[in-house]
Amino acid sequence: MDRIVSWPDRVETALAWLAGLLWTAPLLYVFVRAFESGTADLSSAWQAAPFGRYYLNTALLVTGITAAQLVVGVLAAYAFARFEFPLRGPLFAFVLVQLMIFPEVLMSENYRTIAGFGLLDTLPGVGLPYVASAFCVFFLRQAFLGVPDELVEAAQIEGVSRLGILWKVFVPAARPSIVAYALVSVSTQWNNFLWPLIVAVSDETRPVTVGLVRFLAPETGIDVPRMAAGTVIVTAPLLALFLIGQRQFINSFLRSGIK
Amino acid sequence: MKPRTSPRRLPDQVFAYALLVPAFAFLVLFTVKPLVSTVVSSLYDRRDEGPTLDNYRLLAEDEVFRKALVNNLLFSVLTVPVSLALAMLLAVLLQRALKGKALLRAGVFAPAILPVVAVAVIWLYFYQPNIGVINEVLGWFGVTGPDWLGDTALVLPSLMAMMVWKEAGFFMIFYLAGLQAIDPELDEASLLEGTGRFTHFRRVTFPLLMPTTLFAAIVALADSIKMVDFVFVMTQGGPDNASNLLLYYIYRVTFAQHWPQYGAAISLLVIGVLVALAVLQIRLLDRRIHYR
Repeated sequence: MDRIVSWPDRVETALAWLAGLLWTAPLLYVFVRAFESGTADLSSAWQAAPFGRYYLNTALLVTGITAAQLVVGVLAAYAFARFEFPLRGPLFAFVLVQLMIFPEVLMSENYRTIAGFGLLDTLPGVGLPYVASAFCVFFLRQAFLGVPDELVEAAQIEGVSRLGILWKVFVPAARPSIVAYALVSVSTQWNNFLWPLIVAVSDETRPVTVGLVRFLAPETGIDVPRMAAGTVIVTAPLLALFLIGQRQFINSFLRSGIK
Repeated sequence: MKPRTSPRRLPDQVFAYALLVPAFAFLVLFTVKPLVSTVVSSLYDRRDEGPTLDNYRLLAEDEVFRKALVNNLLFSVLTVPVSLALAMLLAVLLQRALKGKALLRAGVFAPAILPVVAVAVIWLYFYQPNIGVINEVLGWFGVTGPDWLGDTALVLPSLMAMMVWKEAGFFMIFYLAGLQAIDPELDEASLLEGTGRFTHFRRVTFPLLMPTTLFAAIVALADSIKMVDFVFVMTQGGPDNASNLLLYYIYRVTFAQHWPQYGAAISLLVIGVLVALAVLQIRLLDRRIHYR
């Protein structure tokens, strides 16, 4: 449909570009300052702290936690969506009540639990409290409820086992939701700071978020190139991944029914 | 037709319970058990003597706690609606046919994918009184900028502005999804009838986005309690507790003052608020599902 470019259209276009500028300018500024003196600041920041190790830790945590959440969540969601059993309602309510209780708010007792397992300052110690996600169970159950009965019946007639039906029917049918949940989980865990700050006290276990803050903490003076270099090291890979996959990333959000 | 069953097959009910075991094991270990021991711990004093209600009495008189609570309420009540309003505006602006639309969407969304601590580091430098970018820009117009993070009246609004900047782009995606679900014929009808675009927004778009708004509001509300990482990076709760927030205060009491019993009492209060929010969320989600 063709529209004549009217005055309000121009205002909206101008506003859109102004917004784009306001939201990207701070990031552009940081990148410009980081490269002010070529790559000198970046390489000195890279050498000043074990960012490579921090990255490895973050990558291990993010993939480990997300994979574990999906396995645990898919199994529980399948039970709630597909089977009738005594106490199903109360058990599901039990999951729902925990939608909002995140591990950090119980930090003192969770710290004690992890310490009791001898897992302080280890990657499993950072990751374990997040393995069961009420949101994951809830969200995947919603997706599984939308799977047509005919598909399940057809598989039953063919003699596919119950776990086989989960794997061959439910998981493929709920793929957009699983991908969307994985993206949300990856970004949440990539962000995570407080719990790793408490549990991870050596460079061998610190994720990038804690590493960045440690890297900047000893500096009492304000050192913009150092800050910019550290921030670029921590954010550039994330932004690059996002720019490469942004269409799929935004679309999977749009399609998954997170709205 | 009856499904084929092998003789050694577990009954469906037993199978379903088996599927739930991993999730419930972890939920019990990292939510139920710590919750129970938090309740118990909150009934003991600093030397582990008790049971006593001293921690709760203290809570009623604790000025710092009251400040953290008020700060957090202000933070939630102001950043949530402002973020959502901006997110909605951005989604409407960036949904139209527009050159460079994909680029603009990506640009506005980019801050949302960064860790809060990275955003906090960037803005910490922007807010510096003498060499910070914001005051430098103000200087071009002959205005001497204040010490944004050093002034008790300005520190909380400064932090709120930063979080709105980060969150608005994130919630824009939710609204773009909501807008996609609106029938384009409604737009055309308004266009043919010559309805002004503001009226169209108020009468058509805004009400149809209500489910998205409810969902996003609850996520944003939870974030406003959970995402306090910037306090660690930027202010440590100061000056004079003007930027202290609940979760940060729990951390200080528990790990800096080594007083987990009192930290437990504060945690329980925060959990009460969170569970109330969860119940609200379930109610709202249930309604949405029924309406679909």
